[in-house]
Amino acid sequence: MKNLVILGAGTAGTMMANHLHAQLKQPEWQINIIDEREEHHYQPGYLFLPFDIYSPEQIIKKIEDFIPKEVKLIKEKIDVILPKENKIKLANGDELPYDLLIIATGAKIAPEETEGMQGTEWQKSVFDFYSFEGALALRNKLRDWQGGKLVVHITEMPIKCPVAPLEFAFLADSFFSDKHMRDKVEITYVTPLSGPFTKPKCTEALAYLLHEKNINIECDFAIERIDNETKTMVGYDGRTIPFDLLVTVPTNKGDGLIERSGMGDDLNYVPTHKATLQSRDYANIFVIGDASNIPASKAGSVAHFAAEILTENVLLYVNGEPLKETFDGHANCFIETGHGKALLIDFNYTHEPVKGTFPFARIGPLSLLKESKMNHVGKLAFRWIYWNVLLKGTHIPFVSATMSESGKIYN
Amino acid sequence: METIIAGKHITVNEEGYLTDVHQWDEKVGEAIAADANITLTPRHWEVIKYLQKENADQVALTIRRIGKSNVVDIKEFYQLFPLAPLKTATKIAGIPKPAGCI
Repeated sequence: MKNLVILGAGTAGTMMANHLHAQLKQPEWQINIIDEREEHHYQPGYLFLPFDIYSPEQIIKKIEDFIPKEVKLIKEKIDVILPKENKIKLANGDELPYDLLIIATGAKIAPEETEGMQGTEWQKSVFDFYSFEGALALRNKLRDWQGGKLVVHITEMPIKCPVAPLEFAFLADSFFSDKHMRDKVEITYVTPLSGPFTKPKCTEALAYLLHEKNINIECDFAIERIDNETKTMVGYDGRTIPFDLLVTVPTNKGDGLIERSGMGDDLNYVPTHKATLQSRDYANIFVIGDASNIPASKAGSVAHFAAEILTENVLLYVNGEPLKETFDGHANCFIETGHGKALLIDFNYTHEPVKGTFPFARIGPLSLLKESKMNHVGKLAFRWIYWNVLLKGTHIPFVSATMSESGKIYN
Repeated sequence: METIIAGKHITVNEEGYLTDVHQWDEKVGEAIAADANITLTPRHWEVIKYLQKENADQVALTIRRIGKSNVVDIKEFYQLFPLAPLKTATKIAGIPKPAGCI
């Protein structure tokens, strides 16, 4: 019997467990998945939690409900990967040998990377919404916040779901309008990039959004530290940005396990071949989702498309056949713009998001790079799709793993 | 669009970034730097070579990452390429401006 081990039972790991359970010969292969946690979180829900749009119950389920019974779920902390010995060492001292390893340990926030971020104002006037605890604390803060300077901030790229901070700013505009206190809130969006949108077609199509919603912009802001006493962010260029309420996306890093195992880059992401998803250093290790360093967006949709291709490559690998270099970085993301509308973008490594219709040319029913109520309905419906279709590794009809150019307007 | 930098025909985007890294040479880098009122010293070149290597390895460039690179700290990075160092330095290096997904 051979051992396939998946590290992490989040979005990517759970999808791989389901795909491989359906496709890999058992009992010739035993599939194991290791995760110390009890709960599976629908992370896109963290965006809605602060605004009381979703409740915690809607975004949390048990990990084991999504893992096939024949797959062995090991609820134990992972101490270290020993890639040269093809072994996993668990915190309880147990060792688990593997023939093939899939790393799906994700990425998480690292507020400790920025001086002063976890200072005296942390979760008083400085919040994140990329963790469940952060999003919940922010919800409680927003319920009775009286207004002032709201600053929405990205510390540095790459981050999970790169559009989420922008969505947060849009939803905040909507939220305070609904509470009849928009005039009491000044919203500023602060980014280390050169603009809220950095791709030409998006800039052209979406620049009006921030103006329309009266959101101020500070670009090219590289944060040096947060001054808790004066409640200001201080930039390396000397700029200071005062806030009454700071909603920041801290530095994102790969799991500490990757660092302990000496397998990551300076942000603990595992060097990975971007088209095959094979580790750059070990032939029998594959990496999927946010844990890898591939230049795709860190998003559940990317993991979903990658999972279909990785499943093919795992089967090729176990049969001793050459891998397919087919992953194109395909991402498909709804972007909430507030007031019951949303945008949809569909892109990959080489094709920037453009206008058009999705998934069918001319018919849609969803429109690309254009606000619509239908897209918002799509975003809300996605939570159901996530729990009932996506995690189970079921192919979504009409949406291919690699990006289709059909229905898109490139010129 | 096509333009002439240091006597060479070079293709650049609307913001003046090279679209083909192979068209870059040191003379081109010097000319773009001069345009930004920067005279390139050996320290500038060390940073530029580092950025080019990172770009070739498909690493997403960020200011703090460069600060931890052991090539240059952030304070010096701002001294070498004032105002928006990452934007300026990537342009001189002939590599794309760091971008988000949209």
